[in-house]
Amino acid sequence: MLKRVHFIKIMLPLLLVAPQIAVTIIFFMWPAGQALYQSFLIEDAFGLSSEFVWFENFELLFDDEIYLQTFWRTAVFSSLVAVLAMSIALVLAGFAERVIKGAGAYRTLLIWPYAVAPVLAGALWVFMFNPTLGIFPFLLEKINIDWNHYLNGGQAMGLVVAAAAWKQIAYNFLFYLAAMQSIPKSVIEAAAIDGASPMRRFWTITFPLVSPTTFFLLVINIVYAFFDTFGIIHAVTQGGPANATTILVYKVYNDGFVGLDLGGSAAQSVVLMFIVIVMTVVQFRYVEKKVEY
Amino acid sequence: MVENRPFLTVITHAVLVLGVIMIALPIWITFVAASHDELRMTQAPIPMLPGGHFWENFTRTLFGSGLAGNEITPVWRMLLNSLVMAFSIAAGKIVISLLSAFAIVYFKFPFRMGFFWMIFLTLMLPVEVRILPTFEVVANLGLLNSYWGLSVPLIASATATFMFRQVFLTIPDEMLESARIDGAGPLRFFWDILIPLSRTNIAALFVILFIYGWNQYLWPLLITTDSDMTTIVVSIKQMLEAAEQSPQWNIIMMTAMLAMLPPILVVIAMQKLFVQGLTETDK
Repeated sequence: MLKRVHFIKIMLPLLLVAPQIAVTIIFFMWPAGQALYQSFLIEDAFGLSSEFVWFENFELLFDDEIYLQTFWRTAVFSSLVAVLAMSIALVLAGFAERVIKGAGAYRTLLIWPYAVAPVLAGALWVFMFNPTLGIFPFLLEKINIDWNHYLNGGQAMGLVVAAAAWKQIAYNFLFYLAAMQSIPKSVIEAAAIDGASPMRRFWTITFPLVSPTTFFLLVINIVYAFFDTFGIIHAVTQGGPANATTILVYKVYNDGFVGLDLGGSAAQSVVLMFIVIVMTVVQFRYVEKKVEY
Repeated sequence: MVENRPFLTVITHAVLVLGVIMIALPIWITFVAASHDELRMTQAPIPMLPGGHFWENFTRTLFGSGLAGNEITPVWRMLLNSLVMAFSIAAGKIVISLLSAFAIVYFKFPFRMGFFWMIFLTLMLPVEVRILPTFEVVANLGLLNSYWGLSVPLIASATATFMFRQVFLTIPDEMLESARIDGAGPLRFFWDILIPLSRTNIAALFVILFIYGWNQYLWPLLITTDSDMTTIVVSIKQMLEAAEQSPQWNIIMMTAMLAMLPPILVVIAMQKLFVQGLTETDK
């Protein structure tokens, strides 16, 4: 951690860490502390006074049927996004690993959605599935499926999952490809000599050997689905219809900024913070130093 | 290749081409929509092949007021805002992380580990979980609708600090010893040895952070109420809302294209650095 050869000074290093620490305290720790404090307060109807109520906000929260549904919905949403984005990426990486000519071109063509902002991904998908104009509702009509994600909650969920997974494939693909390329060729060749088919080699050698990557990506994808998909949901469905696509992050925003329920929103923030802490611990405990930006 | 299986090779390419189509389809549709006139874009089914109005839409979007009947800031201004924000976030994160990693790795000073854990903590507090109070802090500091407000609250970075710490730890101790013998002080050592040695790491990180900054959504959405300070990414949402009354999909999709072009170009042009940056902290 500390270099064996180092400087022993006091003022200089303090000055060096000062900017980072200042930003951390002002914009991270202080607001987080505020959220924690507010989560113990209930404001009266006019916002004039507030009362310290200990855990009442949390009790209200976990008695709230809608909040519990949101919790469950978020879990379903994240698992769908993670599974979809990871399995497509795994298949593509498995095949891309085989390619010798044109491997670079495939990689380039597959990785750029990483650069698309979530809200833009949402805009693109909502346009493709626009009930009156979009190309997909038009095609779906031919097979007698009536598409309207503004009315149908299941379809709305499907759309946000698709948009969220679409954007995340690029990231997963890169990590799977890197993991597969680091598997020693001799292992694969030995299996081939023993007569294992490519399919069998994939399931008995490649897949188990990339399992650390799978685990790492699972954590990353769930964090992504929990937090970074806000833009997608905001652009595509705004949480609707009838809350069908309201996930936890969206609800914090909605209750806090739109509904102005400060105590409730703060309590939800604290619950989210707890979830992030658990995930970060899992990530560092089991995945060592694999960090995402 | 382990063995020659022509049939499998065909399948391989088929699957990959399919994957590329699936990935590229939304972008293709965006491009096509941006190249037709308004009228054509109100008729279902929308075209799948480009039309002839691309440049017209381009100039109208970039320099005009965007959507007709909805006098908003011209798109070039929002692109500029995005650019300033992305650059300040990337540069800010890199500078403060380099400094704090240097302090933590090369100095022995009181509360060293305390500071380290404090920086670590930022990892656990994404904007989304502290939306309201952070907004209040920024409002109280009078930073709403400013470039400072757009960038400074986002520049604390645990991951960048960890990455530079990792890089510094791989630099041999002899470097510092010999620098000292030659009479270099800490700052000189930092500037003349550490910075040049971590040049590629800095570049790789810059690529990733530029994309991160450019694509920020929730934060600029909250703190910019003045449309002159809106970023291009945020404006898309406002346009989608306007589209419910008067759909001008050609302009909206042109704006979307302009909004995603810079980060996509960065990824494609600097692919090596991008991949390195993404997997760097993975070591």
